[in-house]
Amino acid sequence: MQELRNRAKELLADGTVVRILGWRAGDLPYNPEPAYFQSAEELDDFVYNGFCGANLSKYMIEASKLEGKTLVFLKPCDTYSFNQLLKEHRVDRDKAYIIGVGCKGKLNAENLKKLGIKGVQSISGAELSDPCDTLTVQTIYGEKTCSYADAMLERCHVCKGKEHMVYDELIGESKDTKDADRFAEVEKIEKMSPEEKFAFFQSELSKCIRCNACRNVCPACSCRKCVFDSTKFDSSQKANVDSFEEKMFHIIRAFHVAGRCTDCGECSRVCPQGIPLHLFNRKFIKDIDTFYGDFQAGEDTETKAPLTNFTFEDVEPSVVAERR
Amino acid sequence: MQRLGVFVCHCGSNIAATVDVKKVVEMAKLEPGVVHAEDYQYMCSEAGQARIAQAIQEKGLTGIVVCSCSPRMHEATFRKCAEKAGINPYMVEIANIREHCSWIHKDMEEATKKAVILARAAIAKVNLNTPLKAGESRVTKRALVIGGGIAGIQTALDIAEAGYKVDIVEKTPSIGGRMSQLDKTFPTLDCSACILTPKMVEAAAHENITIYTYSEVEKVTGFVGDFTVDIRKKARSVNMDKCTGCGVCQEKCPSKKAPSEFNRGLNTRSAIYTPFAQAIPNVPVIDREHCIKFKTGKCGVCAKVCQAGAIDYEQKDEIITEKYGAIVVATGFDIIKLDNYDEYAYNQSPDVITSLELERIMNAAGPTKGHLERMSDHKPPKNMVFIQCVGSRCSDNRGKSYCSKICCMYTAKHAMLIRDKYPDVNITVFYIDVRTPGKNFDEFYRRAVEEYHVNYVKGQVGKVIPQPNGQLLVQGVDLLDNKQILMEADMVVLAAAIEPDPSVRKIATMLTASIDTNNFLTEAHAKLRPVESPTAGIFLSGVCQGPKDVPETVSQAGAAAVKAIGLLAKDKLLTNPCTAKPDELLCNGCSTCANVCPYGAISYEDKQVNDHGIREVRRIAQVNSALCQGCGACTVACPSGAMDLQGFSNRQIIAEVDAICR
Repeated sequence: MQELRNRAKELLADGTVVRILGWRAGDLPYNPEPAYFQSAEELDDFVYNGFCGANLSKYMIEASKLEGKTLVFLKPCDTYSFNQLLKEHRVDRDKAYIIGVGCKGKLNAENLKKLGIKGVQSISGAELSDPCDTLTVQTIYGEKTCSYADAMLERCHVCKGKEHMVYDELIGESKDTKDADRFAEVEKIEKMSPEEKFAFFQSELSKCIRCNACRNVCPACSCRKCVFDSTKFDSSQKANVDSFEEKMFHIIRAFHVAGRCTDCGECSRVCPQGIPLHLFNRKFIKDIDTFYGDFQAGEDTETKAPLTNFTFEDVEPSVVAERR
Repeated sequence: MQRLGVFVCHCGSNIAATVDVKKVVEMAKLEPGVVHAEDYQYMCSEAGQARIAQAIQEKGLTGIVVCSCSPRMHEATFRKCAEKAGINPYMVEIANIREHCSWIHKDMEEATKKAVILARAAIAKVNLNTPLKAGESRVTKRALVIGGGIAGIQTALDIAEAGYKVDIVEKTPSIGGRMSQLDKTFPTLDCSACILTPKMVEAAAHENITIYTYSEVEKVTGFVGDFTVDIRKKARSVNMDKCTGCGVCQEKCPSKKAPSEFNRGLNTRSAIYTPFAQAIPNVPVIDREHCIKFKTGKCGVCAKVCQAGAIDYEQKDEIITEKYGAIVVATGFDIIKLDNYDEYAYNQSPDVITSLELERIMNAAGPTKGHLERMSDHKPPKNMVFIQCVGSRCSDNRGKSYCSKICCMYTAKHAMLIRDKYPDVNITVFYIDVRTPGKNFDEFYRRAVEEYHVNYVKGQVGKVIPQPNGQLLVQGVDLLDNKQILMEADMVVLAAAIEPDPSVRKIATMLTASIDTNNFLTEAHAKLRPVESPTAGIFLSGVCQGPKDVPETVSQAGAAAVKAIGLLAKDKLLTNPCTAKPDELLCNGCSTCANVCPYGAISYEDKQVNDHGIREVRRIAQVNSALCQGCGACTVACPSGAMDLQGFSNRQIIAEVDAICR
């Protein structure tokens, strides 16, 4: 963490960048938040640990419009989002100085609760310099420990790898934390009957409070004006008149990001209701892989996305109907 | 607020017999904006159109809905009528209550209900219509013909004679196509080569025709009047300007094991070859797969013997780009593969052949110099069996559901020619039906039966079994006598079904021309526009559109030429004003629309915008309305919904859906 802070100060001092986009300590040990830092003093609040799950790529849309370069810290999986935004001309590469920061898996505070760890006072073992095998948590009930992996975000169990797709320099070691099948959950849902599927999504999506956190955090949801906020489309009204409005909202959102979603998992991470929103996107990703060959959005900025490209090898549309 | 008129057509009894038109009028009157509704027997007639014009003028209508047949039929008619009466032609909507309703329903109550809903949807849409103005685009006065068979040659000659430049692209080394492989043509029995080669020569010599053989269409962009086409000229390895066509290279070529495509693999050819003696151009190509020089690097005999120094082993494929106003598809046919018909032993015995192979055997320039003989032992056959409908009129999915149309006649031809030349050969033809509609066709078939005593047996063959003695045992059935037939034959000839040349699929995709389930190109209207593709500027010539014989192909080739000439004769075309248009404040500048646009109509520019007080420079999509064809691909790909299609806006479509679901 100190190394990152020092390097940021250096780059600020030599004029390479005029601001830093990173994470600042929150009011609890497990909720650091994205923040801009404009001076060496402000950087004293900078943190980087296992709870810095927030993907900073999307903030670069606004930062690209500001004067001067912005230093941004991107974890390996965040760089996919950045690349995808580059491809869509939403961020300016020349306005970003990217430090590819190491990552050994990011943590989910909700998991600690599920493990019975409550009343957290401080947490150790989640620094990048730590081996990240075990977490030691000081609670008001005394010291507790748990396995690092058990506290990880779902997305880290299906880690895309420790390589950064785009960067100016790299700091810190990364670890591939993949220990689960990315599509196992999707396959489980695919096997359900239509009624079971409906019931499953009904019960999950009925928790939605339409806080829009998923949309606001999503790097693929980068429209200047969302269709749900615009009077031009009637989409918001359409969603509202339906007795099950959330269904419309989330399905439309999934369609809008299909083929562009990098599976960064931010939607599920920020959902205050714990809805596994990433499953929608992952179903699209699985279908795209099946029909058009493996494709990872944001892997580079050149490859044409299968859904907006045509080749003679493309499956015939009937395949989708016949597959059922 | 719009003032709308609704006009419900009876179409004689076509609509009125199934739809209660009075009820549709009554219900339409209740819809928002409707100030006038009426019904009439034939809205498209003079009197019907006069009623529309009168209502527009008297009631001050701003838009109309015509509940009638498909917009493909009469949308243009009613747009013209509206324009004459003083309103914008794009303020007209058609509710298709004939094809979409009366023709497919029997129950009057149900059909009326649906007609009312369709009318309601059209009214909801026209309420949101805005006047649009058509632009103009230029016409490149040059035509492209894809395929150099008799269809392509005839079309090219007719276009060239009318004074327009025309290019033929042929994928094989010579023009001529299937017809050049035929021996004689029914029903007059004139020699195929004698009537075809003069046309080939004429095409090659015509000042308005350019022929690209051994070439394929690689890429097509643009639209009617202004297509841009990339043509790949495959490396011939022979310099066309230097070659004199002396043929020495072919004689001396040591590699002579390549199966001859022209002779359907019945014999072999050299690695450097022209497909046949009368090939045009008379310039050979090197088949690099079989050429020793290309395989091992050693040889080079052809280069040594070529006096003209025309051999060029370094030659590479060349891409040429040309602009065209019209494109004619004349890709022709091939016969089906017989893998699904193992029972006829085609792959087991060289004496079971296809009719096209028999054409080559009968041809004086063919592998047997025109002598009828078995391919296995070169002995003349005594008993021959012809099997009709192999893969045609097939009710399962092994073959084709359609009739290949030419087989009955060519089988009668073969039988007669053989009996004429070899009277001691017994011929039996197994058939399902003998189909001979056509001028002098039935007389021709009857001559085979009555004068030449060809034994026609109504029934199918179940199995052909090659015997150890080289004979073929044919198991069939005679349906008229209701008895099984077991007979020995020396040769069996299969009338294999024809199918569109496989290359047509790729070409159709490049042209966005539709094809049917059998890969035949679809015509714009089965009866009224049989030589045009639904895609503007694309015309159909020959078997690529459906099975035909030579005279029909030539007629259609001429018809396609006339349609192409009609287009080329125009200086300007009116463009469709239903083009895409971005909402600049919603555009993200993400390029998704440009990526999916098949016409290259979308570009981006950095533009100063004022978004409710926020002034900034943004990357924004721009549509070139001259290039945009209104396909709408961009509107669905656009993530922010910034792109919309004029005349088919998202709002209009949602309004239609709402009206239907109401």
